[in-house]
This record gives sequence, C-alpha cells and structure tokens, in this order.
Amino acid sequence: MHAELSPYGFTVISVALDRSADDARPWIERAAPTHPSLIDTTWAVADLYDIVNVPTVVWIDESGRVVRPNDVFYATDTYRAMTGIDSAAALERVRAWVRDGVVGLDATDAAELRTVPSAEHQLARAEFGLARWLASRGRSEAAERHFLRAGELAPHDFTIRRGSMPMRGIDPRGPAFIEMVVDWMGAGNTYYKPLPK
Amino acid sequence: MAAAFTLLSDGEVASLDAVIDGERVLVDAGDLARATGWVLKPEGLCRDALCVPLRDPSIATADRSRLDLAGFAAALQRPVAIDVEEPAAFLGVAAAERGEQLRGMQAPDFTLPDLDGRKHSLSEQRGKKVLLLAYASW
Repeated sequence: MHAELSPYGFTVISVALDRSADDARPWIERAAPTHPSLIDTTWAVADLYDIVNVPTVVWIDESGRVVRPNDVFYATDTYRAMTGIDSAAALERVRAWVRDGVVGLDATDAAELRTVPSAEHQLARAEFGLARWLASRGRSEAAERHFLRAGELAPHDFTIRRGSMPMRGIDPRGPAFIEMVVDWMGAGNTYYKPLPK
Repeated sequence: MAAAFTLLSDGEVASLDAVIDGERVLVDAGDLARATGWVLKPEGLCRDALCVPLRDPSIATADRSRLDLAGFAAALQRPVAIDVEEPAAFLGVAAAERGEQLRGMQAPDFTLPDLDGRKHSLSEQRGKKVLLLAYASW
C-alpha cells in the first residue's frame, strides 16, 4: 500500500506499542517497510491519540488535520470474522482518499467520532506509566498492583490490559487473554470498534 | 520519614526529597518546581505566565517548604499514581488538556525512534497524507 500510494504524496507511519525495540523487531524486519516504522515504549502515541486497542489507524491530511479518527484496520482478512472488517474494502477506501481526496466522513462526522479520555482513563494511564517503570526496575509485585489498578480504571483500554501482559510474564495470546476477552464480550461489550462509516 | 522519591512526569525521571506521612507524600517545593516547572508563589502554583490559585491551602506546609503531591496534582487537575512504599509516582496529563487537544482535530506531534535509533517526527511528514498505524507484538 505504501509503495503503491507514496507517489501520490502519502506515507504510512507505523508505531509499535511495545516495551522494547527487541519486541517489535521481528514484526518490523518481516515487513521490511520503506516507511517510518517507530517504537513507542512509553505508549506516548496511545496517550496522545486516545488509542485503546491495536491495530488502530488515524488518517491525517497534508495540513496535519485528523480527517478520520481512530479506526480498526487490517491489511488481511485474518480477523474478518471477529471484526467484520473487509480488508479489501479498507484498502480501497485508503486509495480513494490518497488518489481522489475522498475521506468518506465530513469534518462534523469526524469530530463527532473523535473520542476523548475521561479523568479516570487518564488516571489509568498514569497508573500504567508507574507500573511500566516499576516493572522495568524489576519491582514486579509493586508493578502488578499498578497494572491491575490501571486495568480497573480503564477496562476498555486493551493497550493497557493486554499490552501489559508481556511486562507481567503473561502470554498475551494465552488463557489469561482469552478469559479477559470472553468476560468483556460476555458483559455485552465489543472488543474492536470500527468506525460506523 | 524522609525519602528519595522518584517522580515520573512529562517523560522525565526526577528524584525529589520527600517526607512520607502515612499515605501523604510531602515533597520539597524546590525539587518539585525543578521537576515540573510549577513554582509555589503567594498567588498559587505558577508556571511561565500562568498561575493556578491553591483552593486548598493545606496542600502546602505552613512554612511552604513542602507540598502534598496528591494535592499538587489535584490543583492542576492532573492524574497522579502514587506508590508510597517504593516510593515513586507518575504524574500524568489532565483529561481536560487531552480533550481540548483532540477536539481541535489537529494531529498531535510526536518524535519516536526507529529500529536504528534514528528519531522521526510526525511533523516531518507535513504536506503528505499520513496513515498513522498503531500496532503491537501482542
């Protein structure tokens, strides 16, 4: 996609929410991207853009304006059944934007769909930040208290609830993750929230 | 009990002199000012041209040499995660500030490294359409 569309004045910037470059490395090397592929060990972009799960895409125009806020995006159909997202349709939408300037949302829609964090969510992010630092210093028990508190304060933020798992010695694809998602969805929540348009 | 207290804020790590009294963390006002830029003045807490009045005067000790960390954060409407045992705290960004920034619909700038450690900023791409993709190994 990047290679096809970059002649039209387009770039992808990919940001890995990972505790180290080593965690992100296999993904980046496999993709061998020609676009900036960055490592975000303090979840700075998650905080700035109120991102609560991955993969999330944000469309930013030439003037730095967010024209399409946080959306789910898959380049393959691996998760089509779970997310209802057709990757071919998603790619076609990106092409229409880059080649023809078609966003599919007007500015009012985009502003209405823009989420903002609550005070509780910001506290969750602070608890998560403290937990990450404690974990990096080997203070595992103290870190765990704050990881759990962060998850309680922002139960919809899977960049925290799942993103913390590697830092806590928990397999992010294992039984603890599955149980978390089953509980979440069983309570009537959605795990992925694609934009309605 | 006096302690070296770690404060994480705005991407920096600072060591502050603190007296811990139960759950209250009373940090040295000067150390806090150096770490956060917020100085305790008669008008309240001031940073650059902005002053925030202290509605709760008990946030500062009588001699104004120390500030209660939780009270300081509350005065600025910023979240703070405190661990009195470690002892350490993370001072986060106010929901009001984030909300205002996000509602403005201008993409917040950021600078992050690639695998080679080379730094890249979103603002370098001004003039191009950018698809910002957040993903993870998990």
